Formats: sequence, C-alpha cells, structure tokens
Amino acid sequence: MREAATASTIWQKQRGRRLAAIRFRRFTASNLFVLGAVTVVLFIVACAIVPSIIAPYSPTEMLTDSIMQPPSAAHLFGTDYFGRDIFSVVVYGSRDSLFIGFASVIVGGLAGGAIGALSGYAGGWLDAVLMRCNDILMTIPGILLALAIAGALGKSLFNIVLAVAVASIPGYARIMRSQIISIKGRTFIQASQAAGASPLHIFWKHVLPNSLSPLLVMATIGVGTSILTGSGLSFLGLGVLREVPDWGTLLSQGRGYLTVAWWICTFPGVAITLFVLAVNIIGDRLRDQLDPKKSMR
Amino acid sequence: MFIAGRILSSLLVIAGTLVLVFAILYVLPGDPTDTMLDPSVATPEMVANLKHQLGTDQPFYIQFSRYISDMVRGDFGNSLLNSEPVLNKIIDHFPATLALTAVSALVAAVFGLVLGVLSAIHRNGPIDLIARVVGLFGISMPTFWSGILLIVLFSLNLGWFPAMGSGGWKTLVLPALTLGIVGAGFIVRMVRSSMLDIINEHFMLTLRAKGLSERIVMYKHALRNALIPAVTMVGMLIGEMLAGTVVIETVFSRQGIGRIMSDALMAKDLPVVQGVIFFTALIYVIVNLLVDLSYTVIDPRVRRST
Repeated sequence: MREAATASTIWQKQRGRRLAAIRFRRFTASNLFVLGAVTVVLFIVACAIVPSIIAPYSPTEMLTDSIMQPPSAAHLFGTDYFGRDIFSVVVYGSRDSLFIGFASVIVGGLAGGAIGALSGYAGGWLDAVLMRCNDILMTIPGILLALAIAGALGKSLFNIVLAVAVASIPGYARIMRSQIISIKGRTFIQASQAAGASPLHIFWKHVLPNSLSPLLVMATIGVGTSILTGSGLSFLGLGVLREVPDWGTLLSQGRGYLTVAWWICTFPGVAITLFVLAVNIIGDRLRDQLDPKKSMR
Repeated sequence: MFIAGRILSSLLVIAGTLVLVFAILYVLPGDPTDTMLDPSVATPEMVANLKHQLGTDQPFYIQFSRYISDMVRGDFGNSLLNSEPVLNKIIDHFPATLALTAVSALVAAVFGLVLGVLSAIHRNGPIDLIARVVGLFGISMPTFWSGILLIVLFSLNLGWFPAMGSGGWKTLVLPALTLGIVGAGFIVRMVRSSMLDIINEHFMLTLRAKGLSERIVMYKHALRNALIPAVTMVGMLIGEMLAGTVVIETVFSRQGIGRIMSDALMAKDLPVVQGVIFFTALIYVIVNLLVDLSYTVIDPRVRRST
C-alpha cells in the first residue's frame, strides 16, 4: 500500500512539474502578445489623458508652409489640407474616441447588467417580459439603433454615448441573466437559503459577486466594439463637430483627399484598429483565464 | 411543435419590433413639419394644417393605432421629402443591398468555415496562426477604413475594380470583401473554438478507438457538431451585415437601403428611417427563424426533443 502511495506521489510530482513547464512556455509566448496589447492600450489612454506631452504640435496649429506633406521625420503621419500635423490631431482625437468607448460601456454594461440580473434572479413573469423586450431590442442591429437614436437626438458627445450604450444593452442583459441563473441553482446558494439568509442578502453577497466575470470580459471587448460603432456614427456624419476631430470624423474628412493624400485617412484608421485589436487580445486572454478548459490550449 | 412554437414567437417579436420602432421615433424629439416646411417662411397656420394632414396633432393612441394598421397593410407611409411611398423606395433599393449582403455572407461563411476548421485541426501550426490573425483583424478593423484601404490598393493603384457605383459584378467585389472579412473574423473564431471543444470530448476517442479514419472523425463527426454554433452565428451575422451596408454603401457610393437610411437621417425624413429599420428587423427575424428550423436538419437531438 505504502509503496503504491509513494509511486503515485512521485508520478504526480513529475506530472505536476511537466505541466508547470508546459504552462511556463505557453505563458511566455502568449504573454508577450498580451503584454504588447496592454502597452498599446496604456499608450493610447496616455494620449487621451496627457496629449500635450505626446503630441509634437498643437492639433489646431496650421503650418501654412507644410500643407499636405506625406509622412516624414518631422511629421510622422504627414499633414493635412490645413497644414495640421496628423499625428498630433490623432493623439488629441483619442480623447473623444476613447470617451465614447469607455462611457458607453459603463452606461450600457450597468443598464444591461442590471436588467439581466433582475430578470435572472426574479424569474417568473418578470423574467419572461424583460427577456421578450430584450429579444425585440436585439432584432434591430446595433448600428441601425445607434444611428436612429443619434440621428434623432442630434449631434452631441452625450447623445452618441447614449446611442451606442442603448444598442449594447441586450447583449449584456443576456449574458448576465444566464450567468445569474446558473449561479442561482448551485448548492452553496441552497445552503445559504437553508441557513435563513434573506434573498437580498444572498443576491448581494453570493449570487452577484460570482456572476460578474463574464460581464466584465464582455465589457472589455465591448470597449472595442463601442469605439467601432461610435467612430462609425462619426464617419457617417453624426459625430460631434469640434475643433479637434475624433478618429471617425478625421477619417471621414480625409476621404475627400484619398487620391492625393492617402495618409489623412489611413492613420486615424490605424489608431482605431490598433486600439480595438489590443482590447480584443486582452479580452480573449481574460476569457481563457476564466475558462479552465481553454487555458490548457 | 418546435416549428410552430418558433413561428409564433417570431410573430410576437415582429409585433414588438413594430411597437419599438414607433416608440423610438415618437419619444425622440424632432418634428416632421420642420423637415417639410422652411421654418423662416412657414406661418403657424401652415404648420397646423400640415400637422393635421399628417395626423401628428392627434393624441398618442390614435396615431399609434393608425400607424399599426397602416404597417400591417404594408403601407410604410410616405417620404417627407418627395411623398414617395417608403415601401416602394425600399423595394427599389433592396436588390442591390441583398446582392451585397448575400455575397458578403458567402465570403464570410466560406473563409470562416475553411480557416476555422483547418486551424483547429492543425492547432498551433502556420494555418492556425493565419486564422487567428484573420480572426482578430476581422473583428477589429472598422469597415469604413478597411474599405478605403481596399479602394486605395485595388482601385487607385492597381485599377482592378471600380471604387464606386452599383452596376455589374465588378462593383460588388470590394464592398463584399470589406463586409465579408468582418463576418469571416467572427466565424473563424467561433468555429475554431467550438471545434477545439469537440476535439477534446470523450466521444472523439471512442470514434478513433473503433477504427474510423482521422478524416471521417474530423470532417464527419467533429465538423458536424461544430456547425451548429457556426450556423447560428451566420444567421445573426446576416442581420448585422444588412445593417453594415449603411456604412459600406456610403464608402463605395452604392445605391441600396443602407444608403437611403443614412441619407434620410441627414434629411430628418423619419418615415424612411422607420421603414428601413423595420424592414431590416423583419429580415433579421425571418433569417433567424430559418436558422432555427435548419437545426432540425443538422442536429438530430433537436428533432427528437420536440
């Protein structure tokens, strides 16, 4: 008996070491990727917070002696028809673009999360009614809903955030509801009920904290989706007209000069893509982390 | 039972969408008379007359019941700009949008399925790397940007395809590619991850143990199981792609319902906006109903559980 036990322990130890070695190798390779993504996000967020440190020129400064210059050492992303330094405009433009991305995720995630949690925890007719409403909201594709709302409310940063947020509510509500329902049925919740805890206490202390992670993953990826939708609205001309254009508006303005100055259109698009790409890589990693089955891949 | 239930719930959702579309534009500010009359010359009597003509001076419930009964009879109202019936406008422009959506969905489904399956089978190999890059970029690039890049490359520099217009198959290539890449990105990721889930299932071991060839194990059993989430996704993506034409048709200056919607928004022509939104939602519901019904063919478990 004892020999068998020792053999098994040794085997387990070896196996443990092998697994650790595999994990470590995976760790370094894919973590380098995630590290890059985090760096990109941090850099762009820094652009939004302290643009004056990063941008070499003022975004409104018109350098009349260098109009429509292609990218060079002096003007990394070139200049536009007013002689503005595109790199500086992109750096300052990150403010509005990121604000739309983050603010609409916070508004949409909170609203959708609350609807989903209420629906899933209450169950019964309330659940049925809320989920039918959610199904209905889902039949209108996000960009159309956002367009209709932004178009009818008029051009303002707040209205764009609202439009993008409303369009994202059904997705958050759905994922939150299914997670709440799956946690609600676990034994530890039944134990808590048997111990006499009130439904509100159980919800707040046990169900909600255990249900949040899928919503957080979705919200991470949602920052990217919201920036895509928001800049799409700007591109279609529903964006806010300000002295410093956001990425979508800048891109749409540059479209008219496509044949003579490709760089005006290209670089704001690179900024959008890089940021959304980085956010998606981070979101993927978070999701794999939460799913033990997938973390072994 | 399954089929009847799905049809009934689809009808309910369509009715709900009808109410929602009305509510969005009733609740939101903006008066159609501002669109139709120049505020600088319009007298209060003219405004009141027009409101009476349009019925917007009526109480909510009368407006609502008139709207519902019109919509049910297929009357989507008239454009505020030129009084053209909205439904005619949509039907005139729909074929161009349908062609674009269908070709994009085909591009997305073919690229997505092939790359997704190959990347799962040859995990961590070069094909897998390509598939993951395509997947990530597909879902991360804004279509108005990738479309412009394609124009710069294939139209302005190489001159292979026209940059704009909506006649002939050549004008369809770039827009369909732009929209298809996004769909392919979503499908690759979904197929890859569901194939990997299935490859790790115990029944795969059983299939190999009973001596089936790797080809049959993968392409008959694994693929068939992985198809169900993929088909669901294609169904949802068709709705998104139909909506995505709002942007694509603007980028490529194509005629279509996406284009009339964005033009109508700029002109505050609300009946057209309402009409296009409801029409798109209707197609979305129908496509998803067909997708649900297709499960009965793909997945015997659905058939048996009904």
